[in-house]
Amino acid sequence: MSIQRKANKPGRSQTSGYLFVLPYALLFVIFILTPVVIAIGLSFTSFNAIEKPRFVGLLNYINLITSDDTFMKFVIPNTVKYALIVGVGGYILSFLLAFGLANLTKGPRTIFALILYSPSMTTGVAMAVLWKIMFTGDQTGYFNSWLMSIGAINEPIQWLVNSKFLLPIVIIIGLWSSMGVGFLSILAGLLNVDESLYEAAAIDGVKNRFQEMIYVTIPSMKPQMLFAAVMQIVGAFQNGMISTLLAGNPTPGYAAQLIVNHIEDYGFIRYEMGYAAAVSVVLLLIVQIFSSLSGKLFGEKD
Amino acid sequence: MNPQRFEKGQIKIYLLILPMVLLTGLPIVFIFFHAFKPMEELFAFPPKFITTHPTLDNFRALVKASRSAGIPLSKYIFNSILITGVVVFGSLLFSTMAAYALSKLRFKGRRTMMQINQIALMFVSVAVMIPRYLVINKLGLVDTFFAQILPLVALPVGLFLVKQFVDQVPDSLIEAAYMDGAKEWQIYLKVILPLIKPAIATAAILVFQQVWTNLETSNYYINDESLKSLAFYMNTLAGSTSNTVAGQGVAAAASLIMFLPNFILFCILQKNVMNTMAYSGIK
Repeated sequence: MSIQRKANKPGRSQTSGYLFVLPYALLFVIFILTPVVIAIGLSFTSFNAIEKPRFVGLLNYINLITSDDTFMKFVIPNTVKYALIVGVGGYILSFLLAFGLANLTKGPRTIFALILYSPSMTTGVAMAVLWKIMFTGDQTGYFNSWLMSIGAINEPIQWLVNSKFLLPIVIIIGLWSSMGVGFLSILAGLLNVDESLYEAAAIDGVKNRFQEMIYVTIPSMKPQMLFAAVMQIVGAFQNGMISTLLAGNPTPGYAAQLIVNHIEDYGFIRYEMGYAAAVSVVLLLIVQIFSSLSGKLFGEKD
Repeated sequence: MNPQRFEKGQIKIYLLILPMVLLTGLPIVFIFFHAFKPMEELFAFPPKFITTHPTLDNFRALVKASRSAGIPLSKYIFNSILITGVVVFGSLLFSTMAAYALSKLRFKGRRTMMQINQIALMFVSVAVMIPRYLVINKLGLVDTFFAQILPLVALPVGLFLVKQFVDQVPDSLIEAAYMDGAKEWQIYLKVILPLIKPAIATAAILVFQQVWTNLETSNYYINDESLKSLAFYMNTLAGSTSNTVAGQGVAAAASLIMFLPNFILFCILQKNVMNTMAYSGIK
């Protein structure tokens, strides 16, 4: 009813709504929506960026599953590990840190939050340089030098070349920089939980902090939890580029090859754009699946 | 939650959180020290964490490196400031306008548009680098400033956060303005904008971070060196120099220059961010 009434008021034509949305919508359609549609389209073609794309049906997807050994043997297991630890683990860590911070006074809380958030502001540039210096492979590297001085190792380790260490390093860097917008959202959510809910819960028999967290805090900030989950997933996948910044593309022995690096490898190094597009579609689907799982966990049913 | 003063119970939390905070902060402190290290400290063995004789040598070397490359550092700085300025302004203007319409104006397709934008929160831009290039190429934007600007203006997170905040503006205020004969654009300027300053500040930070540090546009859409951004130049510099010990100092200086504007902006605006994040939930 109220919608009807408002729409019919003089001066509130539908057109002005469209006019206000238009500039954003236009750029959104051109630079976000169209590329996604093209990616889906190209994924059914063979395209080398010079000749016209040639329709090949599901061939790219079939090849991806049946004959891309790198994808099956390295990219998928690496991506799953990375996504579970940096995505899910990082998310739990953001929540726990935010929960701790919310129980501190304002001054220290603000400073700690700033420090925890700042790695997510470091660029690809800063990250790559910083970690390259830290993990230099000879004894002049900070990490090697430190481990040798405490006697944990006897000779320097080639961190960024050794396939055993590369993925863990990428994961650690991912975790380090994962306290981003999602973390801030959770913190703000925690600080805005209605205090009277806790009092009511105490009367209902909620005894300790942990029970409070499960039965009161999380249910009353589900929307923030969901927003943070989405941000965390997207951030984790975007940051995957760090592995090629550190170790080149392909990474030694494909040890830290993640799905975004696989796209870059096929798209910009081998110019197999159709195939790269198929991998992109798979990536977008993975993000979508993770997000809808979070939606199931935290979504509010109307 | 949100205690007013220090109590004994908080010591436990400090003990748990402090190590995490230190571990997170150390690498950034390290970059800071490293950027000001003189040559002999860069070469020191065992490597030193703290700088005892800070110098600006690395920053001087950085300026010199660009001079010998033919394009002065000031050109890259100019490009980046121009690009960042236009994108931040455009993005804030367009997303506040769209947020106002999506939240307060009634028109067909409004809900669908909001849902599409919400799905786009999951947009991983690296996944569509190639199709984006094709679009930019088709529009004839390769090697223009537009290729550095236009793809970054529409930022779904920005619109989402601003829209959530506009939702908090009471309809009665807008009704009252209508009664006084205000037009939509007057309401947007005089009622909405002043009330959503925290959300604007937050969106500004997010957009700034995206643009200031963006490598994608310079990497893939620009061939003309003189149009590339500071982030791009710093990245090539860091990439080519960080393999030598002497170059590490220069690379660290470059990193610091890229990091500081983000950090300072966030420090200034952090109060607004927390205020906006309170309404960030997806329902």
